[in-house]
Amino acid sequence: MDALIHARGLVKRFDDFTAVDGIDIDVRRGEAFGFLGPNGAGKSSTMRMIGCVSPPTGGVLRILGLDPRRDGPAIRAKLGVCPQLDNLDIELTVRENLTTYARFFGIARRVARQRAAELLEFVQLTERADSKVEPLSGGMKRRLTIARALVNEPEMVLLDEPTTGLDPQARHLVWERLFRLKQQGVTLVLTTHYMDEAEQLCDRLVVMDGGKIVAAGSPRALIERYSTREVVELRFATGSQQAYAEKLAGLGERLEVLPDRILLYVADGDEAVAEVQRRSLDPAGVLVRRSSLEDVFLHLTGRTLVD
Amino acid sequence: MVTLVLPRLISFEGTGRRAASVTERNIACLRSTYWIVLLSGFLEPVLYLFSIGVGVGGLIGDLALGDGRLVGYAEFVAPAMLAASAMTGALSETTFNFFGKMKFMRLYEGILATPVRPIEIALGELAWAMARGVLYSAAFLAIMVAMDLTSPARALAMLPAAILIGFAFGALGMTISTLIRSWQEFDLIANGQFALFLFSGTFAPATAYPQWLRWVVEVTPLYRSVDLTRALSLGPVGWVQALDVLYLVVLFAVGLSIAGRRMTGMLCK
Repeated sequence: MDALIHARGLVKRFDDFTAVDGIDIDVRRGEAFGFLGPNGAGKSSTMRMIGCVSPPTGGVLRILGLDPRRDGPAIRAKLGVCPQLDNLDIELTVRENLTTYARFFGIARRVARQRAAELLEFVQLTERADSKVEPLSGGMKRRLTIARALVNEPEMVLLDEPTTGLDPQARHLVWERLFRLKQQGVTLVLTTHYMDEAEQLCDRLVVMDGGKIVAAGSPRALIERYSTREVVELRFATGSQQAYAEKLAGLGERLEVLPDRILLYVADGDEAVAEVQRRSLDPAGVLVRRSSLEDVFLHLTGRTLVD
Repeated sequence: MVTLVLPRLISFEGTGRRAASVTERNIACLRSTYWIVLLSGFLEPVLYLFSIGVGVGGLIGDLALGDGRLVGYAEFVAPAMLAASAMTGALSETTFNFFGKMKFMRLYEGILATPVRPIEIALGELAWAMARGVLYSAAFLAIMVAMDLTSPARALAMLPAAILIGFAFGALGMTISTLIRSWQEFDLIANGQFALFLFSGTFAPATAYPQWLRWVVEVTPLYRSVDLTRALSLGPVGWVQALDVLYLVVLFAVGLSIAGRRMTGMLCK
């Protein structure tokens, strides 16, 4: 069994709306695989099909070598799922959330208790073990949800937007834990609309837009293929962007005009800035940075990821 | 006690085991303040028994049964209160609580990410509703025996009947919950439940109604339940009671399969 997820021409349709429009995916054991795309790209629908809680409308889908239509319970027994919105059990304590969940997998009570203790340690919630769920912060709830997803020692963990809605500090803590899981050899599949999340965590990713895959590869390969080495961000007075854009013509490989700034795609940022000054354009703000997945997405779809 | 033993009794692999894990989750909740809900469910039929069975019964005196035998009014009402409390226990668990878990707590969404299937959630919740019903019923039967409203042997025979009634109404409640859209609609359910409670031969024999109404009353599930428990409590037991059992078994099976299917449709889109 080489691919944990194998999809060909996978389709998900709701009435007359097509959420996932014929995608091909192969996820290998031990890798961190990402779905990058804006809201409504079809990421969550794909994740729900992979998690065997949503039957595909069409195409081929094999999870862990099994057929989700037939072997749903057997597949789910080996998956860990961290949904986009926390669905923790608010009537139970933090610890009971783990032990009770373990019972759904048929794990013996004694083993469940032991594993709960280890996982609470792992997500740094040991001190809150006997607290109810409600008073926990967003970051703590998310960590608990991740711990819950690990209670059955899954072969593959599905994380749907694991850090959406968290403050930067909480995000970094989640990333750090996920990175550690990855080092332990756990296969991670995650969706995100944060490019930095994708860059930090994913070995390989697909960029989704409108239910289709528009690009696939490692973050580095995608950036090399669809963007330049560096990007110059120029800010001008509001309303004058278009006029300046014309004066910048011919500079760099490509130019994008956004509502609040102009992006110049160039090999050498400093050189481009010097040229901007030679043309005596006087931007209110200048920033030279390395290309990111955001630029890849912008290039592929003409839109930004997070509005 | 029953609630603690039950999951282990049906702890075989596969569906039973997974359904039991759902029941177990409810037991874990019990440790919080849930017992208050349990207590209120038990008190209701007891209060009715005393106020109407004993209080109003004192004014009414004895009642003639179909075969001409005379029984005290409290003896007449008590088995009906047993059936009604089995219904109430099962319905409150499978309508209000079940609906909340499904729609608002997103609880089942989390459970469905595990090997547990929708029908197993339904079964587990039903087992829980029934366990709760058994608790009420056993306590109520003890009171009946203590008040000399029935014999201990007859009380023992009524317990499984009460369990069956709980199962049937639980499955019905679940089906209703999958059809309902908002909390407001529960007012209608409550009305329906109260109408059943009042008219199902509980406080007066169905023969007291005009013929057409009698027909309507006699096909309702609580009437069939009361008919069963009353026959077991006061005798005689005959073919009609076999029909009551069949009616309740069918209600259970049909209700559970509809609820399971609708849950799949709603939660596994």
